[in-house]
Amino acid sequence: MKKTGMIAFIVVFCVLALLPFAANAVSPKAPLELDYNTPAINMLEEHKCIEDTEFMKSSHMQLLDQWRNDVVRNGDIVYTATDGTRYEKSLDDTCLACHSNPEDFCDRCHTYEGVEPFCWDCHNSFGLWREDANNEALWQDYVSQVEGGQQ
Amino acid sequence: MKIIGPFIAVCVLACIAWLGTGPLSLYTLFGIIIPYLAFAAFIVGFIIRIVNWGRSAVPFRIPTTAGQEKSLPWIKQNKLDNPSSKAGVFGRMALEVLLFRSLFRNASTEKTEDGIAIGSAKWLWLGALIFHWSMLIIVLRHFRLFLDPIPAWISALEGIDGMFQIGLPVIYLTDLGIVAGLTFLFLRRVVVPRIRYISQAIDYFPLFLLLGIACAGIIMRYFTKVDMSAVKELCLGLVSFQPVANVTEPIFYVHVFLVCCLLVYFPWSKLMHAGGVFFSPTRNMANNSRAVRHVNPWNYEVKKHTYEEYENENWEKMKALGLPLDFEHVKEEEPPAEAEGAKADAAEGANAGAAEGAAAEAATTQDSEG
Repeated sequence: MKKTGMIAFIVVFCVLALLPFAANAVSPKAPLELDYNTPAINMLEEHKCIEDTEFMKSSHMQLLDQWRNDVVRNGDIVYTATDGTRYEKSLDDTCLACHSNPEDFCDRCHTYEGVEPFCWDCHNSFGLWREDANNEALWQDYVSQVEGGQQ
Repeated sequence: MKIIGPFIAVCVLACIAWLGTGPLSLYTLFGIIIPYLAFAAFIVGFIIRIVNWGRSAVPFRIPTTAGQEKSLPWIKQNKLDNPSSKAGVFGRMALEVLLFRSLFRNASTEKTEDGIAIGSAKWLWLGALIFHWSMLIIVLRHFRLFLDPIPAWISALEGIDGMFQIGLPVIYLTDLGIVAGLTFLFLRRVVVPRIRYISQAIDYFPLFLLLGIACAGIIMRYFTKVDMSAVKELCLGLVSFQPVANVTEPIFYVHVFLVCCLLVYFPWSKLMHAGGVFFSPTRNMANNSRAVRHVNPWNYEVKKHTYEEYENENWEKMKALGLPLDFEHVKEEEPPAEAEGAKADAAEGANAGAAEGAAAEAATTQDSEG
């Protein structure tokens, strides 16, 4: 191979290999911080989720997936935590009741790690937790549609 | 031993990382120091290999690659298999690198009752393609850990990779692909007797190493779990030169340590075909030997003695003998002191000089023809 070809090859190789370094030199990283400051959490006597933090951090997605299947397919809506407390298996009424700031809690971590959960494929459509007046109307719309369909 | 040896070697490497971070908690060593050293070794090693190859002798254009070369206008050229232009070479190389065109041509020969049957053999091509593409996509996917914010194309790639949304975390197709591909490539070496006979430990070691890396990654993602925000912090720290090793799960360090071993091993092993494919003489040169004259680059400068010079040197004698003269005589400026002696020498050795000149000319002709 000609000398120019060889040099071009090495340059391309080095650029590709060092691209992540360059990218981070240009836009320095912002540390990940989750926001636990919501009215419901502040009112809790003990700042504790339904299971311990370690478990919630690593396995919340599997827990939610299990809940979804239990509720939608088996009509089983009661979750008994390890400490015996009973909770409703509901993303909206249990999780988001405390974590009412999903943009600063769920999304922040998911965006940081590049995870795209499909929770919001359904839950977001009707704005159950987003403070948006229009979405309340949408939700009522949806409820009446479902009820109408069932009758 | 050819198979067990490399297998044990990979297990030992995995155990080193496990023991180093499990009981010994050497997070800085396995999370920061070794990855930096391994990456540097990879870059330097890769460049050294490329430079060595780039500086070695290259044969002439090889006109016997598959396909019809450019010939008379009414003979159809195979422009991709036997290109005569740079664009054609680019196309041939791209097909080779991206689609393994030469493996696609593999054929197998079998003895049958009627004689010999020749058929196409696509299994190696398919297995290699599945493995390599999975590997490429997996490597690209990992850039989500090194970039913040994550570019849209990486998210898109992940979305496509996990498009069936099976299980949680969503199963990546490439995770299945890389394990299936590597397993196939391994089984091929074990099951086919001829391939088993020529397979050495260095053929098995990379397979086991890559399988080890893939398995550690799969275990980490789908089963034992690691703290992903800590992992991302570690990765971002590495690429922004503010490293923090705050991951505590040994399985993560097993994965990383095996990757480091791969990086160090890569440039000095058969895996270097990743860079070497671009230096394949049958792939990277246009077959234009009929259209362009290629001079051997390391030919030394042949000392030529033209007839014009010869005539000029012997002009006076030739003139005196009445021989036909083709060129105008250019008189050399005679240096004052040695001129007489030199002239005498020239006169004495006139015949011998002429003979030498003729011999030199003959030699020159031969050289330029050869």
